[in-house]
Amino acid sequence: MTNITNDEVDVVIVGLGWAGSIMAIELAKEGLKVRALERGPERPPEDFAYPKPADQYAYAIRNKVFVTPRDAALTVRYNTGETALPTRKWGAFVPGNGVGGSGLHWTGVLIRPTQTDIKLKTYADQAYKRGALDPDMRIKDFPFTWEEIEPHMDKFDKICGLSGTTGNLGGQIQPGGDPFEGPRSNPYPLPALHDTLNSSLFAATARKMGYHPFPNPSANVTQAWTNPYGAQLAPCNYCGFCSKYPCLNYSKASPQTTILDVVKRMPNFDYKTGANVIRVDLHADKKTAKGVTYIDEQQREVFQPAKIVILSSFQFANVRLMLLSGIGEPYNPITERGVIGRNYAFLSVGDATLFFKDKHFNPFATAGATGEMFNDISPGNFDGPGLGFIGGAKIHSSQASGAPIGTALPPGTPAWGKGWKEGMVDWYGRAMKVSISTSCMAYRGHYLDLDPNYKDPWGQPLLRMTFDWRQNELKLQRHLRGIVLDIAKELKPDAMSENFLGLDSHWDITKYVSTHNVGGAIMGTSPRDSALNRYTQSWDVHNVFVPGGNAFPQNFQANPTALIGAITLFAAEAIKQQYLKNPGPLVQA
Amino acid sequence: MPKINLSRRTLLMATAAAVPLVSMPTYRARAAGLEGVELQRYQPVFFAADEWRFILAACDRLIPAEGKGPGALETNVPVFIDQQLHAGLGGDVYMDGPHKADAASTLGFQHNHTPQQMYRLGIKLAAQYSERIHRKPFDQLAPADKDALLSALEKNVVDFTELGEPSLKASQFFGQLLDDTKNGYLADPMYGGNKDMKAWVAIGFPGARAAYTEWVDVHDVKYPLGPVSLSGKRA
Ligand SMILES: Cc1cc2nc3c(=O)[nH]c(=O)nc-3n(C[C@H](O)[C@H](O)[C@H](O)COP(=O)(O)OP(=O)(O)OC[C@H]3O[C@@H](n4cnc5c(N)ncnc54)[C@H](O)[C@@H]3O)c2cc1C
Ligand code: SF4
Repeated sequence: MTNITNDEVDVVIVGLGWAGSIMAIELAKEGLKVRALERGPERPPEDFAYPKPADQYAYAIRNKVFVTPRDAALTVRYNTGETALPTRKWGAFVPGNGVGGSGLHWTGVLIRPTQTDIKLKTYADQAYKRGALDPDMRIKDFPFTWEEIEPHMDKFDKICGLSGTTGNLGGQIQPGGDPFEGPRSNPYPLPALHDTLNSSLFAATARKMGYHPFPNPSANVTQAWTNPYGAQLAPCNYCGFCSKYPCLNYSKASPQTTILDVVKRMPNFDYKTGANVIRVDLHADKKTAKGVTYIDEQQREVFQPAKIVILSSFQFANVRLMLLSGIGEPYNPITERGVIGRNYAFLSVGDATLFFKDKHFNPFATAGATGEMFNDISPGNFDGPGLGFIGGAKIHSSQASGAPIGTALPPGTPAWGKGWKEGMVDWYGRAMKVSISTSCMAYRGHYLDLDPNYKDPWGQPLLRMTFDWRQNELKLQRHLRGIVLDIAKELKPDAMSENFLGLDSHWDITKYVSTHNVGGAIMGTSPRDSALNRYTQSWDVHNVFVPGGNAFPQNFQANPTALIGAITLFAAEAIKQQYLKNPGPLVQA
Repeated sequence: MPKINLSRRTLLMATAAAVPLVSMPTYRARAAGLEGVELQRYQPVFFAADEWRFILAACDRLIPAEGKGPGALETNVPVFIDQQLHAGLGGDVYMDGPHKADAASTLGFQHNHTPQQMYRLGIKLAAQYSERIHRKPFDQLAPADKDALLSALEKNVVDFTELGEPSLKASQFFGQLLDDTKNGYLADPMYGGNKDMKAWVAIGFPGARAAYTEWVDVHDVKYPLGPVSLSGKRA
């Protein structure tokens, strides 16, 4: 292996997904010399011209634009007593790869957490009697206020061309929007996606039952949009190949469509693909980083010196790089010392599928974010304390794609043979779903560390996840099931199947849930129990910033990317306004 | 029951004449030429002759010709499976050991067989089982016996350990075969299956049209247009 050293840059960015791209443009606009290193390939627009992405087998079944488990598996176990096993095939989550990261092929539901989600510990302390919750629960507040973070969420909404219906404009509740959303400084930039049949049936029924449905907030833009960086998006044409597919129409906000086309034209920004970063190199005192080392496409080891290191390689990849590099002390679940790896959380989903003999849903005529949802069952909006658990869900009917492989069929339909075939003929396009997407708390025993047994193709240990469902989350599922089934019954389907967790369920890594993994290198107010300060700056190594879902202390019911975008913009602003003038810890511990 | 399908199937089972086909990479490239292939004249590139007979017979029961909609043979599903296996299906799987044979099913795929090995082994052991129970190869069984044998694989009634295979379960082989069969039935025809988009026509999926700007507002009306494929053909 040859050793090469590149020219020094001001900022090296590891991973060119959402967080990396935001950092790239914000810091390059400041005049810094910025270089991004992306392990995956270039993903140019010509790869996604119609009709190429309209291929369910390649994209949704064979994961064409995702990283392979061969290169990036993790190991999983339910508790510390077990030997963890590798994710040999992807199932519950599927991380991205290549320029744009997961942001290239996400669904585009761009929804904010609520004010309660931001201050969940404060809410829990007020609403729950001492000892009412699982003693192993380790929830925390985010270390900023709504007023501090809202302008950054607002900016990210504009970067993406958020399409939807405003619910709360500066404290005034708006008709048709989410009355539970936190106050916004500006209305949604663009109007909502159109409802498909399932969404309108769901919304009408939910409204009749007293809930407050609103259209899924969407980064599949509904009208032509020019964002604050000058990037242009075209109106979505409801192509039906969105979630897990790159957009064939330049309509889905992605790093490509909203940022990279602009930053790539700047002379002080460049990037390398096929650059797999294997560690951050620290100075001897472990207080600052010198740069990062990566393996290039020719399998050479390359050192990239940099004054600032941004780890934006996705939630768990960020945590792994910190562990591999010796940044911060690894978490120990017994002593609860150490900060890297703690507060890992995932989320759960569940649904009822409703079959109607005579209805045509045309499920292929849809955008990724198409749907209606309500937030009435999120923390603080219903009697969680009386029910004995904390958390909540967005309850929704969405239709992220309608291509036929994996079509759900009514209960009792055989899995193969004439019965299956005729089931497909009779029922494809005649079903809709009512679904939940839940919050997930953090626990003492749920964490990330390095696996002692399994390695990646470059000889480095895989990341190990110790995680399972807890009673709090399972009780929440049972409660939500009741609500979903009540809604489903109102809709009077001819047949129905359901898919919810039971009180004895274990986490099933084989079935897709979502790629909303969070925690592991969380932000907080103290270096004793958090890895990062409010600007995603490492408490231990001050020129390393780690924006991503890893910074969330627990998971909320909203999709994560609106907040990931916002904390990245918040961090970029702190770097520009404070760190460059005075490099050092931005928050005194 | 339409006689046409049955006689067509009989014809297909007699698969003989060989048209050698250039092997196609998986989803990475356009598999030009695969769309027009005739199953009877197709020369498998992954499967050996006896394996191919098993695959034809098994696909024919997993998605049979009888009833509404086309069967797996009419839609060239075996061509799809053969091409995918040849092109390295499963190359993305993390295969390093140690492998834990008795892992909880919720932790997913843990055995140490690639899809290619799974097919070779699974077919061999299913054939042994068929000979033991019926004194005949699988492809010569009556339809009901074929279904029963497939079902026995699905439910692990066929005990692979008893047949000398310690780590692969019959149900794992069956699951892979069934998934690939359905994928071949419903994927774009460029991969060799879903011949002439017949499966899409039967269920009402318009394929790669990928533009429904007006149609999204038309609720509860059957979409009127037939499918188009990635190569631009219409059915
Ligand atoms: C199918 C799917 C649907 C989704 N839908 C939604 C949704 O509707 N709403 C929502 O809010 N969120 C959604 N998400 C989640 C969303 O995509 C992520 O929250 C978001 O992309 C995270 O941004 P990131 O920059 O942290 O990571 P990513 O966008 O994943 O980017 C990380 C990049 O780092 C690269 N990388 C990793 N390791 C290394 C290394 N060692 N060296 C160099 N490069 C490296 C990766 O290849 C990748 O390009 C979805 C995700 C998926 C997969
Ligand atoms: S549904 Fe719309 S945003 Fe999604 S891929 Fe298609 S055109 Fe793009």
